[in-house]
Amino acid sequence: MSKVSELHHTGLIGRQPEPDEASIRAKISHMEEGFATVWLITPAAIWLILFLVIPLVSIVIFSFWENTAQGLKPAFSLEFYGEYFYTKGFFDPEADRFLLPSVFIRTLGATIYFTLVTMALCLAVGYPIAYFLAMQVQAFKWQLALFLLCMVPFWTSYLIRAVAWLPMLGRRGLINQALLGMGIVDKPVSFLFYSEFGYTLALVQIYVVLGIGPMFFSLAKIDKAILEAATDMGATPFQIFREIIGPMSLPGVAIGMIFIFVMIMGEFATAVVVYGGKTSTAGTVILNYYGIANYPFAAVNALMLMLAMVIGIIVILRVVDIRKEL
Amino acid sequence: MARWTPERRRKLRVKAGFSIYYVIFLLFIYGPMFAMFILSFQGRRGGTSFPMRGYSLYWWNKLLEPSTVGDMQGAMGRSIILALMVMVITALFSTMLAMAFRKSFWFSNVLFYTILTGLMVPGVLLSLGMAILLRQLGLSPAWYSSGLAVHVIWALPFGYLVMMAVFNRFDARLEEAARDMGADEWTVFKEITLPLIIPGVVAAGLFGFTLSYDEFARTTLLAGAENTLPLDINASMTQRIRPTLFALGTASTLFSLLMISVFLGIYTILYRRSR
Repeated sequence: MSKVSELHHTGLIGRQPEPDEASIRAKISHMEEGFATVWLITPAAIWLILFLVIPLVSIVIFSFWENTAQGLKPAFSLEFYGEYFYTKGFFDPEADRFLLPSVFIRTLGATIYFTLVTMALCLAVGYPIAYFLAMQVQAFKWQLALFLLCMVPFWTSYLIRAVAWLPMLGRRGLINQALLGMGIVDKPVSFLFYSEFGYTLALVQIYVVLGIGPMFFSLAKIDKAILEAATDMGATPFQIFREIIGPMSLPGVAIGMIFIFVMIMGEFATAVVVYGGKTSTAGTVILNYYGIANYPFAAVNALMLMLAMVIGIIVILRVVDIRKEL
Repeated sequence: MARWTPERRRKLRVKAGFSIYYVIFLLFIYGPMFAMFILSFQGRRGGTSFPMRGYSLYWWNKLLEPSTVGDMQGAMGRSIILALMVMVITALFSTMLAMAFRKSFWFSNVLFYTILTGLMVPGVLLSLGMAILLRQLGLSPAWYSSGLAVHVIWALPFGYLVMMAVFNRFDARLEEAARDMGADEWTVFKEITLPLIIPGVVAAGLFGFTLSYDEFARTTLLAGAENTLPLDINASMTQRIRPTLFALGTASTLFSLLMISVFLGIYTILYRRSR
């Protein structure tokens, strides 16, 4: 501080105190090391701005535009937001739609509900697998091999994995044949495919591997010595899980759940394949309105989906700071 | 030889239980695909479910001969070219980004979250935003332009996270040593950094390739006149499902598996060398 007061001020900002020699050298050498940051990030940053930021911002903008016969017209119209939220007779106690949210909100609600159910199932199915790989398999080589075996389906087409359920769950599928053969039912049941059941099952099968990865990594990071110490001090397996393994694997669980959450919220292809288009998800609604060239309304639907997702992610992030976990 | 204490017995029982569960889990995630593989060899008169009515390559042949609906081979070719482009760009960008993130810079947080946004944004949203935007600009989408653009957005976060993990465990002293001996930046990169990180670069490329090759949602509105393979598969699903689709699914999955093993093979070789 003493150095600053010695300086004679010149100009608006004033002459700045000169840094000492060592810090200059440190800074210069730091700057010189490696390639210049600007060049490293510029290409990717431009790509991200052009093809991620601008399209997302334009969804917001287009949601306010008017849809005319000549195409979209710049405007600030809340017409499509009204259409999204408003239900005729919502406030009229006499109407049969009294306090019934609009079909779009209900679709979004159903999508969220399905997503939560699937997330819970993925957690229930996937966590024991991650636990088994991280805690029960001793040799690292085996750990890696068994883990990769679980991850392989992630790198294959989920459309094909969805359609592969047909021979299992279809009306003449294996499960129906088994049920008929065992005499449990006397005619094929149809609730397996093209149904909530089939849809949920297919979603769990497709997305569970996404959750296993992060859960496995955070479980594998736990120092086994801590667990041994706890055992030596007389902790029961349940106590060890509740006090140590559970809390320490929470970040992995949160990250895995975020992955599954964002995937299923935007899901529409599996719904069409496995559910036979009998249902709408938030994603299919968006595509339908795009298909009939009602772009602003598609944009409103997309925004609401995005909003729901951001809220969901924030809720999950309250549990864990992702950046700390990397 | 360890004694068969009750404690040891209990542990073994738990382990056996988990192992059985793991096998059931594998059946759950692979079972339907195996059923599909088998059914693709369905006899000529057979349908899309068991029992098999003889075995034949009839449906596989149908896959190869030019069909009236779409052109499978063309779609597959386009998907592979697109996947290769995405692979190269993803590997390049994620390496560059991860190198930049070794130093702190003033908007690193913004950039970090923007990259991860690519992972969080549902494909249908990105597809929609791009499609409306292109329409307003009077541009027409194509798999090699707009398709490529959003595929990279999707694959980049995966490659980036891989490379971040690689540089987290990177020993910067090796580079220091080279610099102290007078090597310039390019030499340091070429001789020291790259050989050490190349397995990670390959892994980032694997994500780029497979994620693009299988991507459907992000291409729906952006592929333009010509289909990629997932779009073609989806189109054939909306018609009556026949065993041809199973043959196609099997072929596509086998191709994915082949690519994964190629990448893993390269990875293993490079990883051994970089030690």
